Amino acid sequence: MRVLPSGSTALLVELDGLGEVLALYAALDEERAPGVVDLVPAGRTVLVVTDPGQTTLAAVEAWVRGTTPRPGARDAGERVEIPVVYDGEDLPDVARLLGCDEDEVVRRHTGTEWTVAFCGFAPGFGYLTADDGDWQIARRSSPRTRVPAGSVALAGEYSGVYPRQSPGGWQLIGRTELAVFDLHRDPPALLTPGTRVRFTAVTA
Amino acid sequence: MNRELTVVEPGPLTTVQDAGRPGQGALGIGRSGACDRAAHRLANRLVGNPEDAAVLEVTFGGLVLRAGTDVLVALTGARCPGTPHLAPTWLPAGAELRLAPPTSGLRTYLAVRGGVDVEPVLGSRSTDVMSGLGPPALRAGDRLPVGEPTLPLPGVDLAPVAEPPAGTVQVRVLPGPRRDWFDDSAWELLLGQEYRVSSDSNRVGVRLEGEPLQRGRQGELPSEGMVRGALQIPPSGVPVLFLADHPVTGGYPVVGYVADPDVDRCAQLRPGQGLRFSSRLS
Repeated sequence: MRVLPSGSTALLVELDGLGEVLALYAALDEERAPGVVDLVPAGRTVLVVTDPGQTTLAAVEAWVRGTTPRPGARDAGERVEIPVVYDGEDLPDVARLLGCDEDEVVRRHTGTEWTVAFCGFAPGFGYLTADDGDWQIARRSSPRTRVPAGSVALAGEYSGVYPRQSPGGWQLIGRTELAVFDLHRDPPALLTPGTRVRFTAVTA
Repeated sequence: MNRELTVVEPGPLTTVQDAGRPGQGALGIGRSGACDRAAHRLANRLVGNPEDAAVLEVTFGGLVLRAGTDVLVALTGARCPGTPHLAPTWLPAGAELRLAPPTSGLRTYLAVRGGVDVEPVLGSRSTDVMSGLGPPALRAGDRLPVGEPTLPLPGVDLAPVAEPPAGTVQVRVLPGPRRDWFDDSAWELLLGQEYRVSSDSNRVGVRLEGEPLQRGRQGELPSEGMVRGALQIPPSGVPVLFLADHPVTGGYPVVGYVADPDVDRCAQLRPGQGLRFSSRLS
């Protein structure tokens, strides 16, 4: 664990990989120290945001270093099933990138369990990583200016679902009717860090 | 007698802002809120509101409001000439308040006693221009409900605070998480030059013009969380200084951070203004 400075109100905790991030984030989130106002997990880091009126960065660093990660957190995550119509415009390109046919892309995408590693880009946009398979998908060379809400997509090692219409450079493989972000739900985001996800193929 | 304010003209950009949506970063939801937090709190104190009540953040003046009933208002941040500043003022029913463009500084905060009572979204009335959460920017004809006061009137009639300056601004900078992606000559270049504020700055960040910093270390950085004040170095080598509506995570290295209290002063920088970074924490 490396604790890096992030200004006068935050610390960036750097770890060896996503498993460690999820384990530490779960433990920190469970027993938040006073004055810790936010925790932001990402691919290899957890940002710890403090209220300097309530605590010091030294006290927060000691709390982070003294927290025992919970490696089992990943298996204990909530489970969500996302029904997908696999008719995305980029499905042929993804098949070519993976060296297989389109049916095989669907079989692989539905055949593994995914974990929400972290959220970013837009409210409720979860970055999902696969338990199995080699998912290294190049982004589109020119991003789309409008990706429809509910688009199911791939980029890098991640899969994701666009919560609302936005620009985007990910490869679109399908779409879902399930609202992954709903302001009238608590929490509004369906795909929170640590959530386990299965995609299922449905017909339009 | 309506407890509301009517927007006659919104000016270039006026939004509702409060203390934002802290604590939801793990859901990809940024904090947002007033860009100049100290000015936001002060405006509320002057009219006897809780410090985190919703106010109007007026960018470069131009706002014209009509009062539906007698309301107590206070203006802080960038001073608009011809309007009482840093002092609570009664605006009688039917009267119009016109904000001229400020002579220095960029953002003026208008608090109304009782607070701007639009519908909150995820615990905040702030407009986040990055994520689209919160109410839209004000438009002509909007009617803004005013809340009921909850605190007694304060016994102050003037707040003597420093106003945003017109010339070059110097702020304190601390090393960021990726300081080691840049060698010492790049760090010295960051501290040694005067940057100019670019015209494509907004609530997301202050874009700068200046001599680019060279990265000592190449490669991809996995996206990581950040807070306001981050000095992120994109491939152009010229820093972006993030403000209230910054993305929750970013994939370019953050070389340094402006000390949090000084970020408020950065929120008052106008296009063309000079900015210097100092590592002396005086």
